[in-house]
Amino acid sequence: MKKTLIAATALTGIFASPLMAETIGVSIPAATHGWAGALNFHAERTIERLEEANPDLDFVLTTTSSPSQQVSDIEDMVATRNIDALVVLPFESEPLTAPIQRVSEGGVWVTVVDRGLAQDGIENLYVAGDNDSFGRTAGTYFAEALDDGAKIVVMRGIASEVDNERVAGFEAALEGSNIEVLAMDHGNWNRDTAFGLMQDYLSRFPEIDAVWAADDDMAVGALAAIDQAGRTGEMIVVGGAGMKEMVARIRDNDATVPVNVTYPPAMISTAIEMTALGITGAAPVSGDLILASELITPENAENFYFEDSPY
Amino acid sequence: MSAASISNTGATRARKIDLRVIGPLVALAVLILIGVLLNPNFLSYANVTNVLARSAFIGIIAIGMTFVITAGGLDLSVGSMAAFVAGLMIMVMNLLSASMGDSIGVILLGIALALGAGLAAGFINGIMITRAGIEAFILTLGTMGIYRSLITWLADGGTLSLGTGLSEMYRPVYYGGIFGISWPIIVFAALAIIGEIVMRHTAFGRHCAAIGSNEKVARYSSVHVQRVKLATYVLLGLLVGVAVVMYVPRLGSASATTGLLWELEAIAAVIIGGTLLKGGFGRVWGTVVGVLILSLIGNLLNLTDFVSPYLNGAIQGVVIILAVVLQRNTGPAR
Repeated sequence: MKKTLIAATALTGIFASPLMAETIGVSIPAATHGWAGALNFHAERTIERLEEANPDLDFVLTTTSSPSQQVSDIEDMVATRNIDALVVLPFESEPLTAPIQRVSEGGVWVTVVDRGLAQDGIENLYVAGDNDSFGRTAGTYFAEALDDGAKIVVMRGIASEVDNERVAGFEAALEGSNIEVLAMDHGNWNRDTAFGLMQDYLSRFPEIDAVWAADDDMAVGALAAIDQAGRTGEMIVVGGAGMKEMVARIRDNDATVPVNVTYPPAMISTAIEMTALGITGAAPVSGDLILASELITPENAENFYFEDSPY
Repeated sequence: MSAASISNTGATRARKIDLRVIGPLVALAVLILIGVLLNPNFLSYANVTNVLARSAFIGIIAIGMTFVITAGGLDLSVGSMAAFVAGLMIMVMNLLSASMGDSIGVILLGIALALGAGLAAGFINGIMITRAGIEAFILTLGTMGIYRSLITWLADGGTLSLGTGLSEMYRPVYYGGIFGISWPIIVFAALAIIGEIVMRHTAFGRHCAAIGSNEKVARYSSVHVQRVKLATYVLLGLLVGVAVVMYVPRLGSASATTGLLWELEAIAAVIIGGTLLKGGFGRVWGTVVGVLILSLIGNLLNLTDFVSPYLNGAIQGVVIILAVVLQRNTGPAR
C-alpha cells in the first residue's frame, strides 16, 4: 500500500500536492570518526522525535562514505521518494555542488549543513559551525588566562581548509598578547599521532604552559603523554568539540582541563528542525545560520554533557 | 643454507653482499647523527625510550610480516585487524568487569582473547589464501575493509574506551618495565631475537625462503608448501594480537582510526630492512632497523622546525627510497 502511494506521488512529478505528507531527505557522512558518530546520533534522535510529534512528516536518512555515493543517494531520494526537502552535509564541496543544484532547481527545499557548496545561492538555508570562532575562542581564553610570556604548543588537525580557518582565528586572538607559540605540528585529529607528537614536544621543550589540541581526540593523546612524562600540573590542555569525557573533567574542576570549545555535532538537529519549520510554512527560516563556538567552563559544563552520545 | 644459495645466485660476491648488508644500518646511523646535531635532547633517556616504545607495535607486526613476505605472500589487513582485535578486547573486558569486577583475571582473559582473536584472524587469512587459492593481495585487501568496518560498527562511529578501573590496572603493561626499560621495548626485543633465530636457524625459516624463491621447486623438495604458508599468516595474526596487548594499555581506547596505515608501515619496514618484496630472502634484524628508521624520521621532524609540517610525508618518502637505494646500489647490477 505504501509502495503504491510512493509510486503515485512520483508520477505526479516534483510539484507534490500540498495535502500529501511532506518528506524530508537527510544525507550525512557515515560515522567514521567520533564527531561524525555524534552527528549520526543526533540526526537519528531528531528524526525519531519529529516523526513522533508530527505524523505528516516523513524522513529518509542515508549515510555515505564517499562523495560519489552521496550523489547517488541524493539522486535516489529524489527519484524514488520524491522528497520535498533535502538536508545535506556535503562530503566534499566541489563534487556535490552540481548535483545539489539540480535538486534545488527541481523545486526541492535545500538545507546545507556545515560544509558550504562551491557556488552561492543554491541552498534555501545554511546551518554551519564557525571554525574561525572555534580557534578564536580558544585563543582568547589563552590570552586572558595565561600569564605574560607564557609558552604554548599547538596540535593542528589534518591539513585542510577547516584546520587553516581554526588556526587563523587562534593566531588572530593571540595577536598583541605576549604569549609565545613554541611549535605547531599536525596531530591529524588522531589520538595516537597526538600521543607521539606530545611526547616529542615534551622532549624538545623544558617549559610548556599550555597545549591547544584543537580537538578532543588529540587532547586525550596529549594528556596521556603528559601524564607519562610526570609533568601533569605544569601545563593546561585545551581541546575542542566537546567530547563527553572532556566535558565531564571540566565539570569536575580538573585543573589540567579547565575549559573546552564547542563545535556542536548537534547542528544537524538545528538544520532538520528548521527545515521542518520551513517546508510546513510555520515560520520563515531562509538564510544563513552560523552557530558560534562556545566556551565550556565548569559553570556551564552540565548543559554540554550528553550521557548516551557516542562522542 | 639453501636460502642463501637461492637468493644469491653468484656465490663469489661475498664482499658486495657485505655492503648490501650494512645499507639499512648506514641509513639508521645517518639519521641518529642528524638527530644528535639538531637537538641535544635527542639522545636523552626519555626520547630514546619514547621512540623505541612507539616502534614496538609496528615492529612486532613487522616481524611477522617478514615471514609472510619471505614466503612470497603479503598481508594488507594487519592494521585493521589490530583495530578490530583491540576493539573486541576492550568491549569484552568491559563486559567481564561488570560481573567479575576490576581484577587481574579480567585483564588476563582480555589478553588471552586478543591473542586468540589475532590467531583466528590470521588463520582465516591463511586458510583462504592456501586452500581457496585467492590471491593474497586481494584476499587481505578484502579482510582489511571488513575489519575496518567492523571496528567502526562496534564503536558506533565513536571510540571504545576501557573502564577507568581496568585502565589504571592495565596501564603498567605499556608504561611500566624493569631496570628502566619499558615492557613494549622488552617484548619487541625478545620477539626480534626469537624471530631472527627462527628465520636463520630453523627448518621453518628455510622453508619460507625456499617457497618465496620458487614454490614448485620447494614442493618437489618435499616442503609442505601450503602448511608453511598458512603458518606464516597464523604467526602474523598472533603477533598482531601481541601488538594489541601492548597497544591497548597506552590510551585505553580503540576507534575507527586505530592502526590506520600500519600495514604499509610494516611492509615498508620489512623492505627497507632488505627483505625482498617478491619473497625468497628475509632478515628479521633488518626489519627491526627498518622500523627504527621509520619512527626516527617522525621523531626528528617533531623535534625540529627544519621543514614545514606539510612536507613531512615527502621527507619520509625520500628517506625510505634512499634507504632502499643504498642497498641496491651495491647489488649485483654494479
